[in-house]
Amino acid sequence: MSAARVGVVTFPGTLDDQDAARAVRLAGAEAVPLWHADHDLKGVDAVFLPGGFSYGDYLRCGAISRFSPLMTELIPAAQAGLPVLGTCNGFQILCEAHLLPGALTRNEGLHYICRDQRIRVESTRTAWTTDFTDGQEIVLPIKHGEGRYVADADTLAALESEGRVVFRYAGGNPNGSLNDIAGITNEAGNIVGLMPHPEHAVEDLTGAPSVDGRHFFTSILKRLVNA
Amino acid sequence: MARVIVDVMLKPEILDPQGQAIARALPRLGFSGVAGVRQGKRFELELDGPADEAALSEVRKMAETLLANTVIEDFTIHVER
Repeated sequence: MSAARVGVVTFPGTLDDQDAARAVRLAGAEAVPLWHADHDLKGVDAVFLPGGFSYGDYLRCGAISRFSPLMTELIPAAQAGLPVLGTCNGFQILCEAHLLPGALTRNEGLHYICRDQRIRVESTRTAWTTDFTDGQEIVLPIKHGEGRYVADADTLAALESEGRVVFRYAGGNPNGSLNDIAGITNEAGNIVGLMPHPEHAVEDLTGAPSVDGRHFFTSILKRLVNA
Repeated sequence: MARVIVDVMLKPEILDPQGQAIARALPRLGFSGVAGVRQGKRFELELDGPADEAALSEVRKMAETLLANTVIEDFTIHVER
């Protein structure tokens, strides 16, 4: 059986695509490079939108990327059920594309934050989190200046009541995110966005605070193999 | 030729830490009498033609699509002069 193929998108200004591809490969999948300017998803089984500063964060984080040729292919595919994971800038792009509700705004304290962060897993029902346990605390690196999740009261209430808050900051809210939200999912559970970086926490060798990030990739692999 | 201005502001209920930082800086610089500051963005669009109803309707679409994220921001449009 051929390996599951996970696309890793590179925009101009993307930083984490190499780590993302490596994390995908470590889990046993094939990492397929996807280029922002191509109208081509190369038939991948899932897509990883990594972090960075796509298009220099001009206008708003993710505001330009969201209209790239690749995104015009990815948006309908994601709406049709293609699993998509967006971390950091990838999360911002998913919100700008309205694949996820709400928006990510300037950190409350204005500082760019780079640190290891405790995160509580609130939902294991998404395509990317089945290998966690509900309520599990993990540690992942965060590194962002605009990670404060905001949404209107109705949207927040819906996210909470539908169990679509997937990750919450634990041991202190680093950026002022409403309801301590670190990550959310769409109604179908195939699209997940979060500010922390699982792709930087897959190997002891790199000095990562944990290897908790591996579970994102083993989760999606199981899903693809069993699909 | 006409110039159309699009002003984009965070919605009133969205926290604006940059505006707050500016507001805190003003008294330190000796300025008084400012109760609050909100920071926004201003776009100046040079149109090829006149700012007629059709052109302004297009500008509105541009603002909704790209210039503002209407999830968190409001915008206003006006023609200069």
